[in-house]
Amino acid sequence: MTFSPELEARFEKFLAKYPADRKRSAVIPMLVYAQDETEAITQELIEEVAKRCGVTQLQVDEVVGFYSMLHKKPQGKFHVQICTNISCLLVGGAELWEQACKKTGIGHKQNSADGRISLEEVECIGACSWAPAVQVNYDFYHFVTPGQLDKLLDGLAAGKKPEEITDVKKVSC
Amino acid sequence: MADLVKFTINGQELEAPAGMLLIEAAKQNGIEIPSFCYYEGYSLQAACRMCLVEVERMPKMQVACTLPVSAGMVVRTETDQVNAARKSTLEFLLTNHPLDCPVCDKGGECELQDMVFRYGAGESRYTETKIHVDEQQWSPVVFYDAPRCILCFRCVRACDEGMGVSALGVINRGAMSLIAPNKGDHLECDECGQCIDICPVGALTSGAYRYQTRPWEMEHVGTICTHCSDGCKTTLGVRNDEIVRGNNRDRSGVNGEFLCIKGRYGFDFSEHADRLQSPMIRVNGKLEEVSWSKALETISKKFAEVKAKGGKFGVIGSNQTTNEENYYLQKFARQGLGTNNIDHHRTGDVVTLVDALSGTTGRLAKSVDFYEGKAVLVIGADLAVEHPFLAFQIRANFRHHEAHVYAVTAETVREDLVATRSVRAIRGEELSALEGLREALAAEKDLVIVFGDSIKGDKVRSLVEYGQSLGIPVSYCALVDYSNSRGAIDMGLVPELNPGFHASNVAGATIDELLAANDLAALWVIGSNPLEKAKVAASKAFVVVQDLFLTETAQRADVVLPSASAYEKNGTVTNGCGEVQRLKRASATMGTKTDLEIIGLIAKEMGLAALMGPWLPETVYAEIRKNVKGYDIPLPLVTIGAQQTAPVNGRVGVDSRPDLIRSSHDNLFTSGTLGRYSTVLNSVIEGRQSR
Ligand code: SF4
Ligand code: SF4
Ligand code: SF4
Ligand code: FES
Ligand code: FES
Repeated sequence: MTFSPELEARFEKFLAKYPADRKRSAVIPMLVYAQDETEAITQELIEEVAKRCGVTQLQVDEVVGFYSMLHKKPQGKFHVQICTNISCLLVGGAELWEQACKKTGIGHKQNSADGRISLEEVECIGACSWAPAVQVNYDFYHFVTPGQLDKLLDGLAAGKKPEEITDVKKVSC
Repeated sequence: MADLVKFTINGQELEAPAGMLLIEAAKQNGIEIPSFCYYEGYSLQAACRMCLVEVERMPKMQVACTLPVSAGMVVRTETDQVNAARKSTLEFLLTNHPLDCPVCDKGGECELQDMVFRYGAGESRYTETKIHVDEQQWSPVVFYDAPRCILCFRCVRACDEGMGVSALGVINRGAMSLIAPNKGDHLECDECGQCIDICPVGALTSGAYRYQTRPWEMEHVGTICTHCSDGCKTTLGVRNDEIVRGNNRDRSGVNGEFLCIKGRYGFDFSEHADRLQSPMIRVNGKLEEVSWSKALETISKKFAEVKAKGGKFGVIGSNQTTNEENYYLQKFARQGLGTNNIDHHRTGDVVTLVDALSGTTGRLAKSVDFYEGKAVLVIGADLAVEHPFLAFQIRANFRHHEAHVYAVTAETVREDLVATRSVRAIRGEELSALEGLREALAAEKDLVIVFGDSIKGDKVRSLVEYGQSLGIPVSYCALVDYSNSRGAIDMGLVPELNPGFHASNVAGATIDELLAANDLAALWVIGSNPLEKAKVAASKAFVVVQDLFLTETAQRADVVLPSASAYEKNGTVTNGCGEVQRLKRASATMGTKTDLEIIGLIAKEMGLAALMGPWLPETVYAEIRKNVKGYDIPLPLVTIGAQQTAPVNGRVGVDSRPDLIRSSHDNLFTSGTLGRYSTVLNSVIEGRQSR
């Protein structure tokens, strides 16, 4: 399996970072970055990572099944993750989630028909201090109000990129 | 040994080596801390929380399975808090448990049942619908019933660490976690059943045993596996004279709880539909069933006739019959029939090894040395495939003691995974690779050298010379193929040796010579299949065959006698390390007799009963003790556990005939002719692939 030169370079860096007999440590970062390029974790990717890290396919599969941010099904171009864990729940996270479902017509781990948006109800994303929090791909939105969520979802549905939706402020990490 | 530390459990002042796990330290002092995921000998998991105990000055309860004891530690294992924790853990484990104990194979010997019985959680607060996952069959051997699984991961570790196969994993997470096989929907592995055996509940079950019986309806008979020469003890579960299970949960025998597919499930040949159940005589070119008396009469008449005429006899013994049968057979051949034409299929050069080690003692490796030795050198053998138990010992030695493993083999072998150094060398040329290892090996504290049949004759001598030149204690093991291959040599089933490695100094023909001799008058084959790939040149030879099945050899016979299998007789066998162990009768097949009895009956019919003495295993064993060097071990001792014989008695002084030594290189899924009649060995895909 071949990847883009950038990703190949990244892989090389990972593998060089760990001791020769600990190549398995590179399994998670490889999967995370590879799935962005391949859109989902395919069987072929699992085999490739297993080979490169010197572990069995089953061992890679164990990792894929365990970590919720690794996904075997392609997600929407913008993966909208809404936290409904305790801190967010207390300040309206669950309502945001329901609002998002209603507005997009899709549910947990589902994709919109045009493939632009997918939704996921997530556990704590480590942004409790700024609850309720929403994450789109790798970017965060803090203190999200129902109005802001509407604008965000409308913008994404209309084909805009998050940075083009200027009235909802994102926090890059 | 680490320093002892003092600590208390439940007010009792106790001692244990510093660093010992609390759960072990407690056990050693007779205090049980319940556990599921903890399993002696495998890596720590701390997944089940069953072992929680109170430890003073620690804020929360601690898991005893990962906590090392330290000086002054104050532990309480029976407080209200601890009991409540145990109960909650069990209630939690039962939330999604199907509680189908009435039909579960494990019912009656299930650790979960026992714990709930003892610690409670009789009521459940869980009212949601249980998650159901259908039962999966992963191979003819392994079945998985996910709802019963308590996710202790013992199976995963047993396969990964114990077997070195890593065929099992855990997929998904939390309540959705499942054990998964390596090939998506099925397993490709050793099919050893270790995972099934170690499962505390009925989540993993075996094709052989599932839904066969309730455990308390079985009798348990401890005997020795009849397949390879590693000599594992297997405890056969017998119901109504039928063997339904093999395992070794009581960990007695050299092998602890280890068994490969052959020892655990390969007992099924014994109940194969093709078992011979009546003697047969060739009438008008066809074998016809006759009574025992008619068959014995025919044989003894013919034998007496050949003997009277001074005709040529040939006797071919077995790699699987007992020491008693072998001893009795060679005695009958030599003293009764007056022939020294006696041989068996030779599979390893033990004779030259014994000779090369003359003048030394304690240089023959024991099974335990593979686990306790500081270093092991494997030469020309694919141990994981051909000697699964020895390979298991080596892996355990590596895990527990960081033993140094060296492998000098033609192909990659599983031992490479744990090897300090692996060297590839052409089969037969392995010794030339040893100089390169000299420095490393000489630096070891001690060494076990195990070698296959590519090292024979003078190569064995060179190897021993090399070993002795290292300047460290070295012990050796010459691999042989089957459960009593070693006993066949020890009991003198070769023309050049009488029992106990005494040169016979009488001329005698070997198998190859017997089969090729045009003047052979009578051939008597016991539990062996020399005609699988050869022919008897003497077309007029009278052939008598004792076997379980109508093998190629039996098909050529003039008289066929149905014999009992190893699981149907008493006696002793000697494993590849020279350890004598006891066979115990587990079941019976109608119409058969043990080879010992058959030999005795033929002798009696010929009027030689007085010469031969009674055909009782104990009586013959007593004679072996008297006459066979190294075998003077009281039977009760052999009954308790394996006892190594000490055959070294100066120079053996015969030609070991390396040209006749050929291992069959049976793998995990073959076992000579016997293997053809094992349904399980033939049903697993790995077996078909490897053939
Ligand atoms: S049968 Fe043996 S090799 Fe196969 S999965 Fe179970 S433990 Fe592993
Ligand atoms: S299958 Fe058995 S041994 Fe394996 S995790 Fe489940 S309960 Fe434990
Ligand atoms: S390792 Fe050998 S003796 Fe042990 S169970 Fe397997 S075949 Fe039998
Ligand atoms: S609970 Fe939502 S970010 Fe922590
Ligand atoms: S036995 Fe200690 S956590 Fe399972």
